[in-house]
Amino acid sequence: MQALYGQILLGLINGAYYALLSLGLSVIFGLLKIVNFAHGVFFMLGALLSSLLLDQLGIGYWWSLLFVPPLLGLCGMALQITLLRPLQELDHLYGLLATFGFALIVQGLTQIAFGSAGLPYAIPQSLQGGQNLGFMILPNYRTWVILVSLALSVAIYLLVERTSLGALLRASTENADRARSFGINVSGLVTLSYGLGVGLAAFAGVLAAPMLQVRPLMGADLMIVVFAVVVIGGMGSILGSIVTGFSLGMIEGLTRYIYPEASNTIVFVLMALVLAIRPNGLFGKVDP
Amino acid sequence: MRAGSFLPWIEKESRLQQILFAGLIIGLALVPVLGWIYPYFIMQALCFALFASAFNLLIGHAGLASFGHAMFFGTGGYLCAHALKVWAVPPELALSFALIATLLLGIIVGMIAIRRQGIYFSMTTLALAQMLYFVYLQSPFTHGEDGIQGFPRGHLLGLIDLTQINAIYYFILLLFLLGQMLIARIITSPFGDVLQAIRQNETRAQSLGYETVRYKWLAFVLSAGLAGLAGAMKALVTQTAGLSDVHWSMSGDVILMVLIGGMGTYLGPILGAFVFAAMLQYLSVLGQWVIVTQGALFLLCVLIFRHGLIGELALRLKRNL
Repeated sequence: MQALYGQILLGLINGAYYALLSLGLSVIFGLLKIVNFAHGVFFMLGALLSSLLLDQLGIGYWWSLLFVPPLLGLCGMALQITLLRPLQELDHLYGLLATFGFALIVQGLTQIAFGSAGLPYAIPQSLQGGQNLGFMILPNYRTWVILVSLALSVAIYLLVERTSLGALLRASTENADRARSFGINVSGLVTLSYGLGVGLAAFAGVLAAPMLQVRPLMGADLMIVVFAVVVIGGMGSILGSIVTGFSLGMIEGLTRYIYPEASNTIVFVLMALVLAIRPNGLFGKVDP
Repeated sequence: MRAGSFLPWIEKESRLQQILFAGLIIGLALVPVLGWIYPYFIMQALCFALFASAFNLLIGHAGLASFGHAMFFGTGGYLCAHALKVWAVPPELALSFALIATLLLGIIVGMIAIRRQGIYFSMTTLALAQMLYFVYLQSPFTHGEDGIQGFPRGHLLGLIDLTQINAIYYFILLLFLLGQMLIARIITSPFGDVLQAIRQNETRAQSLGYETVRYKWLAFVLSAGLAGLAGAMKALVTQTAGLSDVHWSMSGDVILMVLIGGMGTYLGPILGAFVFAAMLQYLSVLGQWVIVTQGALFLLCVLIFRHGLIGELALRLKRNL
């Protein structure tokens, strides 16, 4: 039983990363209509930057968590303005390929600078240790990751669905031309949403630094699973991203307990099944 | 998928295109005679070129951007290698086996992926390819990280010893030629016309009564089979088959090849593949800088040379190339 609870917990943690990453992808996709292939790179940069800040400057986890996501979010906005805006009017395939090319460059450069091996990153002092629940020991850091991801997901959901900024975002997603004719600064919102999505990826990266190995390819491997998660959930809905992210993490964890050989493939098998039954994904509305 | 950014032509066959292709084949046929270039390098480039042309059939003609084409290339390689090594069948049987199996794989993957359009199609193919990657990583017949190595090329039709460099070279060149002729035949057929129509405006093609899903699916299956054949040829040439050919980065590589040469052009993917193969050959000393170079090439092609080398040339000459 001990092992089962452990795997479910680990699954929930992975689910938290899936949720944050697919949430960011959804936010970006809504306005830019591209899949951000650079998402994994920003996740990796979040982890790498916080590890570097600690090693080189002695800046700790909490400051990283506070400042690294906005900083990378700004980088993302700069990237959107310089690279993606000129491609906005073309076939969306080109925008997607541009993010892919950017991802390759960053990945290559970080591999040259830091090698392919992992950098260690210690769990912050205040979150070390764990709670004994009687049937298992619950490490504090894992509880923290799950709670803060859930809270952030809910906050993003409320931001998009309940605030006036969210209303502008939704209006521009629905019909960019009409939103523009109402005087909404759509291209500013596009930049903002790219920054927000990238910031979420970087936040997930900082959260992941003490748990996963901090290495240049950590994002690339995770992203393909996240793409499958997005296909299963359907990219239209914010809620869909959160629910599918967490539940697929759990399912993966359960599979690792019941039949470990299939744990790498279960998400993809589910994706094929969902596509066969509901081609638009579980929460998706219409095809883009 | 909007058609505006693709090359806008109507005429299908151009004399210049045929002359250039014939010149290319003659030049390639002379390679072992003249001995200026290492034939082994050309053979690898030819395998990549067939792979890229097969991929172009999908992205350039049907407008379907698959991000998982490495699964067919890699599967073709593994199956050909396995048949040669474990079953010790002659090379023509090993290649046929790989071709048929990847066609079947294309049928299944196509049925799943073709249900989704645009971005979703790309992500679905990518995810399915990654699933297959994990399957190959874990199944014993692929030998995991080591790959399948050290198998003989065998005797073609029981007669021609393919260990001889000239024999294998002309055999690969012949297969390349047959593959390219098949692709040319597909593009210029009425079926190819329907694919163009779907790429340009799928809704209109549907309203004309075409069951577009079926056409796209068939294009996917054909492309998959040809990609599998290219992978099998590469396994036969290099006498290895490994995980790197099924990895997602190979799917990215083939996109880059087509992009460099020019999407939707006939000669573009071939040129792109040669550029790519040369890059692998001569830049391999640079280690990880190869990835950086690839990324930079992606950006360059996407931002400036959107039509690719051959595409830009074709635009200047106002001819189909």
